[in-house]
Amino acid sequence: MTTVETPTPREMTVIYSRADRIFRGIVTAGALTSLLLLGLIASFLIFRSAGTFREFGINFITGTEWFSDGFREVGDESRADNSVFSIGPMIVGSLVVATIAMLFAIPLSIGGALYIEFYAPRSIYRILVAMLDLAAAIPSLIFGLWGIEIFTSFGVRWATFLNDRLGFIPIFSVEFENFGRSPFVAGCVLASLVVPITTSVAREVYSRTPRDLIDTCYALGGSKWGAIRSVVMPYGRSGVIAGAMLGLGRALGETVAIYLMLNLVFTYSYEILDSTGGNVASMIALKFGEATDKEISALIASGLVLFVITLIVNMIASNIVQRTTPRA
Amino acid sequence: MTQRTMTMTTSDLSATNKLEDVQGDNSSFRGLETRAVHAWFGKHHALAGVSLRFPERTVTGLIGPSGCGKSTFIRLLNRMHEFIPSAAMAGSVLLNGSDIYDPSEDPAMIRLKVGMVFQKPNPFPAMTIRENVLAGIKLAHLKRDNHDDIVEQCLTRAGLWKEVKDRLDASGGSLSGGQQQRLCIARSLAVEPQVLLMDEPCSALDPGSTLRIEETIKELAEKITVIIVTHNMQQASRVSDYCAFFLTDGGPGYLVEADSTRKMFTNPSDPRTADYVQGKFG
Amino acid sequence: MSNVVQASDQVTIEPQRPWAVKRVVRATNAGRLALFAALAAGITLVSPLANADGWALAFLVVNLTWTIATAVRLGAKERRDAIVRVVVSSLAFLAFVPWLSIFISTALKGYKGLYPGYLFNDMRITSYDDELTFGGVGHAVVGSLIMVAIATILTLPLGILSGIYLTEVRGRLTFMVRFIVQSMAGVPSVVAGLFIFATVVQSMGRYSGLAGGIALAVLMLPTVSRTAEEVLKLVPDDLRSAGYALGARQWRTALMVVLPTVKAGLTTAAILGIARVIGETAPLLLTSLNTNGFMWNPIGGTLGSLPTYIFAMFMYGSEFSVARAWSGSVVLLSIVLFFFVLARRLGGRSEKRAKAGVGKAARTSVGTK
Repeated sequence: MTTVETPTPREMTVIYSRADRIFRGIVTAGALTSLLLLGLIASFLIFRSAGTFREFGINFITGTEWFSDGFREVGDESRADNSVFSIGPMIVGSLVVATIAMLFAIPLSIGGALYIEFYAPRSIYRILVAMLDLAAAIPSLIFGLWGIEIFTSFGVRWATFLNDRLGFIPIFSVEFENFGRSPFVAGCVLASLVVPITTSVAREVYSRTPRDLIDTCYALGGSKWGAIRSVVMPYGRSGVIAGAMLGLGRALGETVAIYLMLNLVFTYSYEILDSTGGNVASMIALKFGEATDKEISALIASGLVLFVITLIVNMIASNIVQRTTPRA
Repeated sequence: MTQRTMTMTTSDLSATNKLEDVQGDNSSFRGLETRAVHAWFGKHHALAGVSLRFPERTVTGLIGPSGCGKSTFIRLLNRMHEFIPSAAMAGSVLLNGSDIYDPSEDPAMIRLKVGMVFQKPNPFPAMTIRENVLAGIKLAHLKRDNHDDIVEQCLTRAGLWKEVKDRLDASGGSLSGGQQQRLCIARSLAVEPQVLLMDEPCSALDPGSTLRIEETIKELAEKITVIIVTHNMQQASRVSDYCAFFLTDGGPGYLVEADSTRKMFTNPSDPRTADYVQGKFG
Repeated sequence: MSNVVQASDQVTIEPQRPWAVKRVVRATNAGRLALFAALAAGITLVSPLANADGWALAFLVVNLTWTIATAVRLGAKERRDAIVRVVVSSLAFLAFVPWLSIFISTALKGYKGLYPGYLFNDMRITSYDDELTFGGVGHAVVGSLIMVAIATILTLPLGILSGIYLTEVRGRLTFMVRFIVQSMAGVPSVVAGLFIFATVVQSMGRYSGLAGGIALAVLMLPTVSRTAEEVLKLVPDDLRSAGYALGARQWRTALMVVLPTVKAGLTTAAILGIARVIGETAPLLLTSLNTNGFMWNPIGGTLGSLPTYIFAMFMYGSEFSVARAWSGSVVLLSIVLFFFVLARRLGGRSEKRAKAGVGKAARTSVGTK
């Protein structure tokens, strides 16, 4: 009896020439710069905000007061520094405005993407796609300008209508009938800012639906809607969710458009038609102008909170994409 | 099996004369018929003047080298051709004597009557086996209440029932390639088509699965008309009652000859057919 | 053979499209929509609905009502299909209206302030609420271009390197780098500005165009990296294999075969990156601020830019300054549009070239058989 020996697999090592090693080194170094940069941003934000977190602790996240006790010389101990910094309403406000924006943006984006891919006449298809890409490049500042100068009158009318008819629901009630610069109106503008981004992602995903699956639906006597519902939508679902998360990240981090559209007030408010709101990013821009050193540190801490929130949203998005992208 | 095909071929031939004889009276003709059909993609003339008859309950194999317009032709038969933006056609396609390209015809209804199985098995990924079989009924909003019977019946006819009856709620993607293709056939059968078009249904499958599908096709022909595009000569000779040979000389594809399979493979009237079926070119 | 119809025997046959929507039907549809529009306008006048949004709502309701009413005679499938068509079109309409409104209102509100000297003058001797025939946006355009140039110089090499890393070197950190690039794309612009303020501005002791440029670079890097990766992925593996099969080293293959194929694509990547960051406002509010005069020195103190110009003009709040903000927006949108069109033209060409490359590779492989 002889035993058949399993041969040991032979190692195949790749030895790169010196030129190749240098090339790979340079390229790797270049690629790692972004890694380094992100690490630098993160560690820097943590380092500079440590003082704020040490002083205010969890209260920085939950508290409702932002008070800067003025400038003082370094080492000036003549009076106590009574500054209090906390951003609870701003965090909640960011979430509220972003939620309103996404509630409008998601159906509009899906409708827009389906229209471009499946309903639009072929003659205007290319124009619509180009317009969509261009719209995604409109600076948010111009969205803000448009929002305050053009859209507000419409938004206020809608808000008045909602308040008239549905005012008995707590979130639609208001203290004063002043609907401009409310989270609702700001959320609408933010929605129009997010729609191009989510629409172009959704359109891209829908356009990648395998043609033979759609053909099969038609071959079975299905209508266009049948094909969309049973093949296109399920196939594109994860991509659309990822696109929505991308839009949500953008909505949470948006600064100038919200800065122009919203009254920042340091109280918790759930009345979305009332002209009191909050937003971390715009608060940073607003308070930055005359900030003391200590306040800067608090602003950086706010930036860190915002950074962490958007990072989580983005990680969820890329996780969804990674998990569900069909392997080629 | 071959025996059965042969007998059927001769008997059918006497009844319908020759396949391409379209000059005759058609009022009594049951089945699918094309008259001088042309196809274009933009300026490109892909197919020219094809006139063929597909009698009821027969299998016709469309053979010919790549690029000669077989797939274009088959997609013309259930109005799938028009999904290509620049596509155009001429001529007419008659199903039981009525023109399917008539403006009053609803293309979705046509596709219900003329089903199609594609080259690559493509069960709907988000659906279970059972849902896949019933997909057409749902898509076309057909009123059926014996869903379980339909699933069993269609899967049986497609030769898949025994293999999957215990896991109807598994995903369609969990099956092997050959099983997936038979699932696709079952899916097409569920809407009770009169004609089933198959565009190289076995080209992505292994020989074993191919044989199973060929058996399925022959069983299907007892009830419906099957038109199958194939590059495999043996397959054409095994499953089909009639064959139609397409060719292109660089210009649009055209029909060279159509006849009973036996004649096409033993004594074709055109020398090019003889060369092709003997594998001298293509 | 005799009874088989041959192509050559035929008189010329005209291609037809029996499935195409007839012109009459199309005209009827357009006429019906026009009628509905008029009807909606009528409803808007007599009902509490007012203005453009009221009209749009009335139009949609009329349209939907008609669809449902006429679809009653159809089967369930067709009815649902028709209703969905109206709903999807309406949603798309609502989605597209804001951008159209932005383009139109910017043009309408901005054209007043545009005069020949607008692009070449600055605001040094002009007050924000002077007549619109004085002053201009020249300094802001210059400042924006300086900062964008700095950002491009910094990000282009890094972006391309990381693209090459992801597609050519494919090292162990591929997943990590891709993930980081994706995360960086989500860094809020104000946070990037804050970071550069606390590092560059505070260590230099002054606001500057350089700081603004670096802040823009942080925002631009992920866009450029990702687009570069996408573009490099378009290069067919055949081309790389062809390079290796000729005995070329990896670096030679990458530099001589892969990169030249996608040169135009990489330019597109850079231009798209520029179009995206040139309108960024928040980071510049924290790093380069605003000035009223021409300024060419990127490290000599605050540097004006188009976004901060628009922002300052708008916040000033007088009639003429707000008009100036709109005129500045016209200029900014035009620049974005210019870069965008440029990118699309180059991109189209590069795609064609990549495809030609595929064809060439295929031909070569056939030839060598």
